[in-house]
Amino acid sequence: MTINFCGVTFPNPTVLASGILGVVGDSLKNVVINGAGGVTSKSVWLTRHDGHPGPVMMGTQNFYINAVGLPDGGIEKAREELKKYMEWNESQPEEKQVPLIGNIVAGSIKDFAEIAKGMRQIGPDIIEVNISCPNVEDEFGRPFAHCAISAGAATEIVKKNAGKIPVIVKLSPNVGNIGEIAKACEASGAEGLTVANTFGPGMVIDIDTAEPILANKVGGVSGPGIKPLAVKKVWDTASAVKIPIIGMGGVMTGRDVIEFMMAGASLVGIGAGVYYRGVEVFSSVVAEIEEWMVENKVANLQNIVGKALKK
Amino acid sequence: MENPMVKTYIFKGNLGAKPGQFVNVWMPRVDEKPFSVAYCDDKEFWLTIAAVGPFTKKLHKDFVKGSKLGVRGPYGNGYTVLKNKHIVLLAGGYGAAPLYFLAHESVKNGCKVEFIVGAKNKDLLLYTEMISKMENVSLHIATDDGSVGMKGYNTLILEKLLAEQNGSSDGHGIAELFVATCGPEVMMKSAMDICEKADVPIEVSIERYMKCGTGVCGNCCVDGLGVPVCKKGPVMRGEMARKISGLAKWHRDNVGLKINW
Repeated sequence: MTINFCGVTFPNPTVLASGILGVVGDSLKNVVINGAGGVTSKSVWLTRHDGHPGPVMMGTQNFYINAVGLPDGGIEKAREELKKYMEWNESQPEEKQVPLIGNIVAGSIKDFAEIAKGMRQIGPDIIEVNISCPNVEDEFGRPFAHCAISAGAATEIVKKNAGKIPVIVKLSPNVGNIGEIAKACEASGAEGLTVANTFGPGMVIDIDTAEPILANKVGGVSGPGIKPLAVKKVWDTASAVKIPIIGMGGVMTGRDVIEFMMAGASLVGIGAGVYYRGVEVFSSVVAEIEEWMVENKVANLQNIVGKALKK
Repeated sequence: MENPMVKTYIFKGNLGAKPGQFVNVWMPRVDEKPFSVAYCDDKEFWLTIAAVGPFTKKLHKDFVKGSKLGVRGPYGNGYTVLKNKHIVLLAGGYGAAPLYFLAHESVKNGCKVEFIVGAKNKDLLLYTEMISKMENVSLHIATDDGSVGMKGYNTLILEKLLAEQNGSSDGHGIAELFVATCGPEVMMKSAMDICEKADVPIEVSIERYMKCGTGVCGNCCVDGLGVPVCKKGPVMRGEMARKISGLAKWHRDNVGLKINW
């Protein structure tokens, strides 16, 4: 079930998505104990960043919507928490070690250089660049991920400051040309892509008070309902680039993971799945993947990556 | 109105909460905050809220009878409600509210209850009148300034009760005892130490900065255990709570930075 991604070995293809259970180092450890094959930190800012007031989320059977607002304590806090995880991970037997992806975010190209340097010093296995959060905008007020030139510029500056650590870029699905943006990131040095962030923005209104429920009024949509949309984004991206992909969006089961992999993802992120199935979702999904592999006589999971796409 | 800083709000409806569980209360255009349930049956539930921050001060000022608030929950796990046991409840300050609910359910289940409440002074004591009227409940009071009850920490009463019970022959030996506590973490930690020494099981209620309430955002994850308190707590057995690093020393703010208690 091992997957090689950007030269890093993941014991299984499930990865904790950024922004979920990633505030405290020991929380990442708890996610690993529950079966994740990789963990991603929350988005780390250079300095303290307060999120939105509540409510910051709401979930239904079909979708999950959130506008937490990327709260973070800054790079020094991240250093303490991520180092704590890394030390624990290194103390584990090699076959049980689970890679850490350090997610970074910034509001300007200049800050992307600084936060990349800071994350390089912490030294996770991979650096993931969040250019797709609606809170993070380029000079024209759009997320960097909505413009090929801005996405490329953010990728390039992080790559320049990340040393030898592989750099992957987390894209927005809310564009008509994700392939073009993916290519711009690839050309600027990205070694992988994460596809994708939440859809939307969306809105939910409480009809008893006639008020939008989220304090931020709008938020990113995830959960079971977005899965077909996300699978298509992975397919489009995988058709455009050669670099590997972490696919995500509405993954609840092992069969969902297989589907994303067949669309071209090497690893598959789980975020809202934690809401629906608890943190135990990782071990359950891994068991479901194993079951599918046995049933379908698949010995090496890496062989199914892009299987639907190549036909 | 419980005291100048604390009000109890009564909501209509069947929440289905257990003692120790909490709800998230939403004031549109303001914020959303977690509150433990102070009482619940199939017709109504109570939230006892102290005006301590911007949200609760605004709630006290603006929320009047008949106005609407959003409530989601109940969340978290709740205390164990025992049957026909002798239990000790140890409340510090606002902790009296959820333990009142636990006392109510425990008495319904045939328990005998020792209810210890503590506060800085008599004006800050909560629920004492209601507790004193409950059947099969003995009320014990401690205040820091001695304005009512025993002068000193309420944990001294706990120590005394456990010691007395140890030598008693009323059929409820110490092996039968069970302690539940809610209040400042430093107080709960010393209660844990007392119970560990006396070999009596204890449940504590851990308070952390919560946002989603559903074990997703990770803001209330505790060091050591790594679990979100909103989901695996807030109530924990003493043995589990002991594994929280920084217990009674630090908690974290809205961005996850450590703050000393």
